[in-house]
Amino acid sequence: MMTVDAPPVRPQTRGARLARRAFLVRELGIALALGLLVAVTFAVNPRFLSAQNIKDLLLGSTILAILAVGQAIVVITRNVDLSVGSILGLSAFATGALFVAAPGTPIAVMLLAGVALGAVLGAVNGGLIATAKVPALVVTLGTLYVFRGLDYMWATGRQINAADMPPGFLRMGTDTVLGMPVLALFAAAVLIAVGYYLRHYRGGRELYAIGSDPAAARLSGIPAGRRVFAAFVASGALAGLAGVLHAARFGTIDANAGLGSELNVVAAVVVGGVAIFGGSGSVYGAALGAVLLTTIRAALPVLGISPFWQGAAVGALILAAIGLDRALSARVARSLRERNVTHV
Amino acid sequence: MPPLLTLDGLSKSFGAVAALQDVRLELFGGEAHALVGENGAGKSTLVKILAGVYPPDAGTITLDGQPLSLSGPADARSAGIAVIYQEPTLFPDLSVAENIFIGRQPLRSLRRIDLAKMRARAAELFARLGVRLDPDRPARGLSIADQQLVEIAKAISLEARVLVMDEPTAALSGVEVERLFAVTRALRDAGAAVLFISHRFDEVFALCQRITVMRDGRRVSTGVTQSLTVDAVVRQMVGREVSAMFDKQPAAIGEPRLEVRGLTRHGVFADIGFTVHSGEIVALAGLVGAGRSEVIRAIFGIDRRDAGEVLVDGAALPNADTAAAIKAGIALVPEDRRQQGLVMELSVERNATLPRRWALTRAGLLFPGAESRAAATWAQRLQVKAARLTDPVATLSGGNQQKVVLAKWLATAPRVLIVDEPTRGIDVGTKAEVHRLLSTLAADGVAVLMVSSELPEVLGMADRVLVMHEGRLTADIPRARAGEEAVMLAATGQAAAA
Repeated sequence: MMTVDAPPVRPQTRGARLARRAFLVRELGIALALGLLVAVTFAVNPRFLSAQNIKDLLLGSTILAILAVGQAIVVITRNVDLSVGSILGLSAFATGALFVAAPGTPIAVMLLAGVALGAVLGAVNGGLIATAKVPALVVTLGTLYVFRGLDYMWATGRQINAADMPPGFLRMGTDTVLGMPVLALFAAAVLIAVGYYLRHYRGGRELYAIGSDPAAARLSGIPAGRRVFAAFVASGALAGLAGVLHAARFGTIDANAGLGSELNVVAAVVVGGVAIFGGSGSVYGAALGAVLLTTIRAALPVLGISPFWQGAAVGALILAAIGLDRALSARVARSLRERNVTHV
Repeated sequence: MPPLLTLDGLSKSFGAVAALQDVRLELFGGEAHALVGENGAGKSTLVKILAGVYPPDAGTITLDGQPLSLSGPADARSAGIAVIYQEPTLFPDLSVAENIFIGRQPLRSLRRIDLAKMRARAAELFARLGVRLDPDRPARGLSIADQQLVEIAKAISLEARVLVMDEPTAALSGVEVERLFAVTRALRDAGAAVLFISHRFDEVFALCQRITVMRDGRRVSTGVTQSLTVDAVVRQMVGREVSAMFDKQPAAIGEPRLEVRGLTRHGVFADIGFTVHSGEIVALAGLVGAGRSEVIRAIFGIDRRDAGEVLVDGAALPNADTAAAIKAGIALVPEDRRQQGLVMELSVERNATLPRRWALTRAGLLFPGAESRAAATWAQRLQVKAARLTDPVATLSGGNQQKVVLAKWLATAPRVLIVDEPTRGIDVGTKAEVHRLLSTLAADGVAVLMVSSELPEVLGMADRVLVMHEGRLTADIPRARAGEEAVMLAATGQAAAA
C-alpha cells in the first residue's frame, strides 16, 4: 500500500520534556516560593512552625483552597465565577438556620445540603450564561450581589451562634486526625478528586479544550455549553461545601460570611499558575496558591511587616506570578516555534 | 450503485449574500470527487454544512438513502463524516495526541483515559502518514504544515465513510502531499467517499474521478475527470477569460520608495530584503502561515523587528513605531477589515476620516461638517454604496466596507500603500474596482505592496512577485516570467525560482 520510512518516535521527546518542564516550573515555582517564605519566617521566629501554628495555617487555607479548586475549573474554560463568596455566605447561613430548625440533622446530611444549595446557585449562574450569552464576568458580578442580597434578607440582622449548633459539628471544625485538621482533609479529598478528573477523564480534558480555543471546541463537536454549565455547577457546589465548613470552623454566622472573598479566590488561582484566559494550569497549582496567600498573611506580622502592607504584598505576588507566567509561556512558545523554522 | 451521500437543493444565505443556491452533489463510495471554484464560490460554506457547523436554509442531505439532519459537528462525526478544514483548528494548550482524540480518547477501566494507548495510536497514525511528530508535544508552535498533518491524522483516525478535505495540501510540501494522497487512496479504495477541494489542478486531476465546478454559490457542472481539461475547468470556474479580469495600467517605474533590508523576527521570519519602487505593484505571495502578514506588520511597526531596517524614500524608520510609519507615508490596509480595518459601530464618515482627524481639526476641535465634507469626497471617488454616510459602517456590504478602509488611507495621500488580501470576500464587481484603483494609484507614483493568496490576482496585478516559504523569501519573479507554476513551486519550498 505505502512505504513507511519515518524513524520511530522516541518515547521521551523534546516536546514532552518542554511541556513537562513548563508544568514543573509553574507548580514547583509556587511550592518553592512557599518553602522560602516559611524558611525565612521560621528563621526570624521559630515558633512559626509550631504544631499549633501549622494547624492554624492549614485550617486557614482550607476554605480558600476549596474555593480556588472550584474557581480553577471555571477559569480553565476561559470564564470566571465572582459569586463564590456570596454562595459561601448563603450556604453557611443555611447550615446554621437548618441546625436551628432541626437540631438533630446528621453532619453528612448537612454537608450534602450545603453542596446541593451551592450546586443550585451555580446552575443559576451557568444557566444565565448559557441562555443570555452574556460573559460570565458580568453574570456572576450580578449574582454576587443578588445572592448576597438574599442572604441579608434571610438573615435580617440575625446571628447564629455556636450554641445553636451541635457540638459534634463544631468539633469537626477543630479536630485533627494524625495531626491533620479534619477540614484540611476535606480540601485534600476535593483537590485529589478534581485533579484526577481533569487529567484522566474526557470531560476534564474537554474543559481545557474549551478554554484553549472555543471555536475549535465547537468544530470538534465538544458540547461546550453543557461543559461550561457543569463547570459553574461544580464551582457553586464546592462553594456550598466551603460554606458548611465555614460554619463548622467559626461557629458564629451572620450574613457577612465570605464577604469579599471572591477576589482572594481569583488571586489564589492566578498566583497558582492557572492562565486567566483558560486552557492551562492545574487545580494543584490553584490550591498551592491558596496556601501561599494564607501563609503570607500569617507570616507578614511575624516578620514585623505592618499589616497595612499585606494587601500590597499580595498584589505584588500576583503581578510577579503573572510576569513569570508570561515570560515562561513566551519562552516555551519561542522554543517550540524555532524548531519549525530551523529546518527551512 | 446508489450514491453514498447526496446533497440536494442545498441553499444558504448570510444576510443578503447568497452563499449557496440550490446545489446538488452526489458522492459515491470508493470515489474521490473534486470541488473546484474561485474564492467565494461557496465551497467552504458547503463544507461547513456537511460538517454540521451551519444548518442549511433549504435542501436535504441523504446518507445511505436515509435523510440526515445535522444539528452540530458531533452529529456529522457520528454519521461518519470527517472534515479537514482549510485552517487548522487545534487546541494550542493540549498535546498533539489529545488534539487527535479529543472527545473520543481510548479508555481503560472506570472510563479513564488510557494515556499510553492514546499516545501509541497517535504515533501509529503519524507512522502511517510517514511524518515525525511527537504525540506529547503541545500543539502550540506547530508550523501550519504540521498542524495540517495533525488534522489529517485526526480525520484518518475517525475511519470516516465520507472524508471532506478543504484545501488540505495548501501548506504541505511535495513529499507530504504524496503521503497524504497514498493514505487518501487507501481510504477511498476501502470504500470511503472523498470530497477534495483544491486550487491545484495537478492534484485534482491526479486524485479525483469526477470534478464539480462551482461559481457564485451555484453548481456550474459535474463531469468525469477523463473527459475534462484544465482549461475547460478554469473557464467554467471563472465564467470569462482570465486575462480580461485585470485592468492594469502601464506605469513608469521610478525611484525606490520602500526598502526593506535583512528584516528578521526570531522564529517568525528571517532576512527579508526587497525594494518597492514608485509606480510599482509588488505582490507578496506564499501559502497561509508563510509569514507574509507578519512581515508587513513589522514593516508598519505593529510588531517589533529583531534585526534589519525599513527605509521610506531613503529615510530609516524607527523600530515598532506605527505613528512614525504613517508619518513617513506608509498606509496599511489590513487583512481583517472587521477587526483591524474599521471601527464597526462608528459611521462611515467617522471611519473614513479617522487617520486624518488631527488634520481636520480647527482650534483643536473636530467639527462634523469638516468630517462630512472630507468623507463625501472620498465616498464619491471610490463609489461607496451607503444609504447615508452617517450610518454605521457595519451596515455596508463587505466590498463597500473595503472601499471605506481604502478611502480612509488614501485620504492620507500615502507614498507606500500596503494592502493585505485586498479583495478577500468581496464580490467580483467590487474586486475589479479595487484592482483598477490600485493600478491608478501606482500610475500616480505610489509604491504598492500587495499580500494576496489569490494567484490570478497576484499574476494579473503585480509587476514583480515575491514569494515566501516558512518565513523566508524564496523567489523574486518579474511579471514576464511569473506563472502559476513558478509561484507555487517557490511557495511550497520546492524550488528557488528566481
